[in-house]
Amino acid sequence: MMDRYSLPHKVFLYFCVVLFLGFILLPFFEMFMTSLRPLEHLFRSPYQFWSDDFSFKAYSQMWETVPMLPRYIANSMLISISVTALALAFVIPAAYAYARFDFKGKSLSLGIFLAVNMFSGAVLLIPLYKLLRNYGLLNTYFAMIVPGAAFLVPMGIWLLKSYLEKIPRELEEAAFMDGASRLYTLRRVVLPLAVPGLIVVGVAVFLSAYAQQFLFAITFNSVKEFMPLPAGILEFIGYQSVKWNQMMAASIVGILPVLVIFLFLQRYLVAGLTAGAIKE
Amino acid sequence: MTHASEDLLPYQGERGGSAQKKQGMLQGLMRSQATFAWLLIAPAALYLVLVVAWPLVETVRLSFTNANIGGEAYIGTANYEKLLSSRKFGQTVSRTFYWMFLSVSFKIIFGLIGATLLNAAIPGRALFRMLVMPPWIVPVAIGCFGWLWLYNGHFGIISGALQYIGILDGPFEFLAYKQSAFYSAVVTDVWVGLPMVTIFMLAAMQGVPRDLYEAAYVDGASRWYRFRRITIPQILPVIITMSILSIIWTFNSFEIIWILTEGGPRSATTTLIIDTYKMAIANFKFGQGAARAVIVVTLLSVFSLVYLFALHQIKKRFEAA
Repeated sequence: MMDRYSLPHKVFLYFCVVLFLGFILLPFFEMFMTSLRPLEHLFRSPYQFWSDDFSFKAYSQMWETVPMLPRYIANSMLISISVTALALAFVIPAAYAYARFDFKGKSLSLGIFLAVNMFSGAVLLIPLYKLLRNYGLLNTYFAMIVPGAAFLVPMGIWLLKSYLEKIPRELEEAAFMDGASRLYTLRRVVLPLAVPGLIVVGVAVFLSAYAQQFLFAITFNSVKEFMPLPAGILEFIGYQSVKWNQMMAASIVGILPVLVIFLFLQRYLVAGLTAGAIKE
Repeated sequence: MTHASEDLLPYQGERGGSAQKKQGMLQGLMRSQATFAWLLIAPAALYLVLVVAWPLVETVRLSFTNANIGGEAYIGTANYEKLLSSRKFGQTVSRTFYWMFLSVSFKIIFGLIGATLLNAAIPGRALFRMLVMPPWIVPVAIGCFGWLWLYNGHFGIISGALQYIGILDGPFEFLAYKQSAFYSAVVTDVWVGLPMVTIFMLAAMQGVPRDLYEAAYVDGASRWYRFRRITIPQILPVIITMSILSIIWTFNSFEIIWILTEGGPRSATTTLIIDTYKMAIANFKFGQGAARAVIVVTLLSVFSLVYLFALHQIKKRFEAA
């Protein structure tokens, strides 16, 4: 009863939804349409909404315009996967400690971790640059992996902590009683039970790492061979003209993997991500 | 429970111990709990000390020097004095606040509207909820390349559509003029941040107990009244959390502006972060860049403290009620 809408009300709701989603999806729609058009059609004035020969040619030409494109895509993946692995290596033990143990300075130290979220890499670029230079990491993959992972560790700890708190303690206590060491319990009892949570946290970290490669890439790396896709895409902007159709095609190819991952896991991801913030 | 313990075969040897011994061991473990917890936290803490805390301290130190590509020397508070007396920097600060105010308000208002729409019991809402997310998960830089093309005056769809319906009578380069470039950057920043705000508010709305609405409905309360008097107060903590997160992200927002305008035209979109980046990375004036970074960090800390205070107040009120 309460949820019933009258017809005009319903029409209005759908109208608003269309407007809202229209704004959200407009860039993707236009990116896709642009990728289907021949370059000459894009550069027509006045603007034309329709071209008569849509084709997927840009999707094959883009590999010739930017021969390094496959390398950029692979770099993006490699960097994101490494960031995820590195971040999780730090996140898992810390999240377990916060989920299970009471100790002095617990909430203070957790607060300090979360405060890291306040800073973006952009504020700390100068000393980070020096740090990476001192360790000889500038212009390597590590220049993008090491700072990338650091800013995702707090988020990971927070997400995984809320998941671990839901796993019953009894199993661990039973293992202790049998004399298993704490580390052994963590490895053999807790982690297997936490796999679904680990996947959510891992995917969330991966997606964030994939989304935020641009800044560290353009600042700490100048070697073409190591560039991730968001920075590599700039190559479509040439001295003479911008190959917009191919640039958009490459962008779509670049966002496809994350969209697919997200499509499969969105239910778990959204539940996992919002859980920490909503419960009070 | 027994099942789980039988999986721990390697430790069977220790099982024979007397109950007393077990008790003592357990106490020992309990005592070492804090040590163990800190051992688990140590790697993450050390990592962040190295990559975040040390750079932060170093930034503060650099801000008192004239560090550049050639070397550095201590110059006291000269960098700050220069900043505070600079009219241009004052403009950058007020621009940053205006940018933040606009972007965050839009994100919160449209996030509320979006969440309400997606929470309405209409067919297709599962699909709509999914379609909101892409800007959130897609690389920010790539989304911005899309907007860069949308804003193109001659060949972009926005200028094209506005000409078609007669609002513009010729091509309009959105990113070429001070005013329009600024507002275009705001729109793109809203686009990037809106999905997450919407989804979190939606999740909060779904958590509001249904009987509150039913009771109000029985009493004849209108939808608007229920929204105002039930939904908003119930999800207030999330609204506040989303506001502070948006403030922090909008303040730190770099890629969007850098890709769209690099802070131009004529500094029209130069926020504090862009200014810091330009000074430090593009001009190699590390000392002056660091001073800006310190100001950014200070402001962000103030926002966060205000946030913690506000959340604390609300919790108190909730508990009182």
